[in-house]
Amino acid sequence: MLRFIAIRVAQAIPVLLIISIVTFAMIKSVPGGPFDKEKKVPEEVERALNEYYHLDKPFVQQYFLWLGNVAKGDLGPSTKYPNRSVNEIIGAAFPISLQLGIMGIGIALTLGLLAGVVASMRPNTAQDYIPMSFAMIGICVPRFVIGPLFMLMFAIQWEWFNASGWFFWSDRVLPALTLGIFYAAYVARLTRGGMLEVLGQDYIRTARAKGAGEARVILRHALRGGIRPVVSYFGPAMANLLAGSFIVEKIFAIPGLGTFFITSISNRDQTMILGTVLFYSVLIITLNLIADIVLIWLNPKLRFDEQ
Amino acid sequence: MRLNETFKALLGGLVVAGVFVLCLYALSGGGNRQERADAGVLNQELHLANGVEPEDIDPHLTTGVAEHHIQLALCEGLVSEDPVDLHPVAGVAKSWDISSDGTVYTFHFRDAKWSNGDPITAEDFVLSYKRALTPKLANEYASMLFHVVNAREYYNSGIEDFDQVGFKAIDDKTLEITLNNSVPFFLSLLNHHSWYPVHIPTIRKYGGVDDRRNTWTRPGRFVGNGPFVLEDWRINNVLIVRKNPLYWDAERVQLNRIFFYPIESYDTEERAFRAGQVHKTEKLPLAKIPKYMASDKELPEEERVLMSTPYLGTYHYMFNTSLPGLDNPKVRKALNLAIDREAIVKNVTQGGEMAAFSFVPPNCAGYTSKHQIEYNIAKAKQLMAEAGYPNGEGFPEYAILYNTNEAHKTIAEAIQQMWEKNLGIKCKLENQEWKVYLNSKTEGDFEMVRFGWIGDYNDPNTFLELYTRESGNNNSRWWSDDYDRLLQEAGQTGDQEKRYAIMQEAEKILLDELPIMPIYYYMTTYLIDPRVKGWHPTILDHHPYKYVSLEE
Repeated sequence: MLRFIAIRVAQAIPVLLIISIVTFAMIKSVPGGPFDKEKKVPEEVERALNEYYHLDKPFVQQYFLWLGNVAKGDLGPSTKYPNRSVNEIIGAAFPISLQLGIMGIGIALTLGLLAGVVASMRPNTAQDYIPMSFAMIGICVPRFVIGPLFMLMFAIQWEWFNASGWFFWSDRVLPALTLGIFYAAYVARLTRGGMLEVLGQDYIRTARAKGAGEARVILRHALRGGIRPVVSYFGPAMANLLAGSFIVEKIFAIPGLGTFFITSISNRDQTMILGTVLFYSVLIITLNLIADIVLIWLNPKLRFDEQ
Repeated sequence: MRLNETFKALLGGLVVAGVFVLCLYALSGGGNRQERADAGVLNQELHLANGVEPEDIDPHLTTGVAEHHIQLALCEGLVSEDPVDLHPVAGVAKSWDISSDGTVYTFHFRDAKWSNGDPITAEDFVLSYKRALTPKLANEYASMLFHVVNAREYYNSGIEDFDQVGFKAIDDKTLEITLNNSVPFFLSLLNHHSWYPVHIPTIRKYGGVDDRRNTWTRPGRFVGNGPFVLEDWRINNVLIVRKNPLYWDAERVQLNRIFFYPIESYDTEERAFRAGQVHKTEKLPLAKIPKYMASDKELPEEERVLMSTPYLGTYHYMFNTSLPGLDNPKVRKALNLAIDREAIVKNVTQGGEMAAFSFVPPNCAGYTSKHQIEYNIAKAKQLMAEAGYPNGEGFPEYAILYNTNEAHKTIAEAIQQMWEKNLGIKCKLENQEWKVYLNSKTEGDFEMVRFGWIGDYNDPNTFLELYTRESGNNNSRWWSDDYDRLLQEAGQTGDQEKRYAIMQEAEKILLDELPIMPIYYYMTTYLIDPRVKGWHPTILDHHPYKYVSLEE
């Protein structure tokens, strides 16, 4: 197992290098720079700015300057927010996205697994159709519709929560629901599919034949196999959830990383783009690795293969 | 079907969902939703939606409007602004003398203090301006100071010695500023953030004076001289300022705190306003304007929330005058005459904007253009014929370039149709992402381009200067020696009436040659809680907070 992890980590390094090179090349190939404004900055000022941020140097040199700093753990200064470094912004914004993401995941798993298991117990009956119809709606209705709808209902109509912001615990509820519901719907469908496949297998019939109760069959025997599709889906999805959903953050004015990740591109904030892309990549690679480990743990067959 | 079962399942689902939301509500401490706006009125705490996260609050580094809204609370220049019409009033300087030729300004300071208790001296201002002009700092608005003798030269590293620049501290309380020539709007200029002083000892404490990465603007560090001091700043969440007891006019200041929330989405801030979380939004989504107009009509005047006021800016198109056809002033005039601006503001923009028939917005510091562009299709047709394109025949198909945005697109479409219908010419529409568009515009890589220009200070010069030959923003490739000469002449004329007369002549040239096509004058539209008092509509959207209060 340790060897497996070590190999995967070693593989990650060239992947990250390639990602950063491609990102850098893309930044450089797009017209427009960080200091282009509606009112043109005088040429002498632009020269001074480019000099300050080493943007006047050849591209290759710029890349290696950046890489050298990254090796030391410094993602560089932001050109958009002069007194802040990219490290500081990620440090301040990511914990918020993380918090929101974890709550979203909680909601997604609770609602999704519940609905999926319930639906799979009696396929093609009302018990199946009703949760699955909700799941269908959850997948189809985009977040920029659900979010404002929640705000109108819970904040403006019934006055339970604030409409936006990130100050009290109650401010987390609506965005987490908005974020979680889409994934919950997806999880519900995956769980139902996985469960139906497992429930038809011999070992479940054996368990039932041996007189195991329905609850024991579902929870102890079937669920373990049934949630495998959810786990493999959740690795990458979790990175998505944790790195911040730009849309949810924008709708609810949440100071998470998603906003910085997206706006850095329209700001042409080179270090911020590279920094967030790199951070996001590390996150995805790590979560995929964790998902693989969990999958091995869930499926004894894979464990045998490794031996 | 087994109805009973369906019912049971449905009931079960509802119970689960209900319990779930209730759990979340209870877990989150459900009760602490508060109407910040109501609490704010009791505590004199103003909650403002402020658009975007401020880049910084260092007045020598920032460029945006959101930042300036905050700096208005934290800093004060030599002069300040009247809350109603923004005319310069006493600030750090309690009075000033102007030499007879209008080039030397002597400011007499009052006994004002920095927020850490240090007295404010003339030397502090000289050092601030030295910093603002230090090339290494790369202050994007350094050019605002270039009216001062040798400021440009110092900035471009031509001269090393700052003593040669026209800032001189005569003594602790007297500052003399010498200008290259008479600048009649100089006092208004002083209210631009690039002219605000900074506390150099504090900056030194946290790094180099000319280091952009200096972190002196953090809470607990920032020292300013405005009516408020920085209390807290959470990235992209909120920036809070509280009343500065050491401010010289602290007695007048009624607010205890101002909260600035960076809310980028107009829809979100509108909902925050409705939920009682903010007293004022930064903007209002276009689609919501008619709704608020209608609901406000039902209300007595003192309860209305919609504020729509002129904003010092002109939305216009710029032509690339080096292209065949567009190089002919007759064609440019015909294009100008053939669009129905009133129809555009009425049916397309719909934000209450005013159709623009000149370049400088009307009543800009008392100046209104005497020359107006007309809407005259017959004359436009005739001009096209004279230029060799009768009924638009043979006129090349050019593209209107704009940055990707639904409003710009609709306006361009309207103009495209009007030209086709009235002149028989065709044109294409081309949209580009913001920075790509800016790049195309400055590189001159366009045929016709949308361009919004917002004045930096309240004087027609901030508009007319734009189309001089030297101007970095004039990408039309058009210039006129006469136009440049007139503006220079106006710049040296101290007498306001005479100066405006010269500017009228200059604007006439611009409106005869028309390298541009003015479309409308900007409006700023937002929602404001009627309990906010002392908040006047001003043309630069500046609102000196020391006059603002909250009352039931």
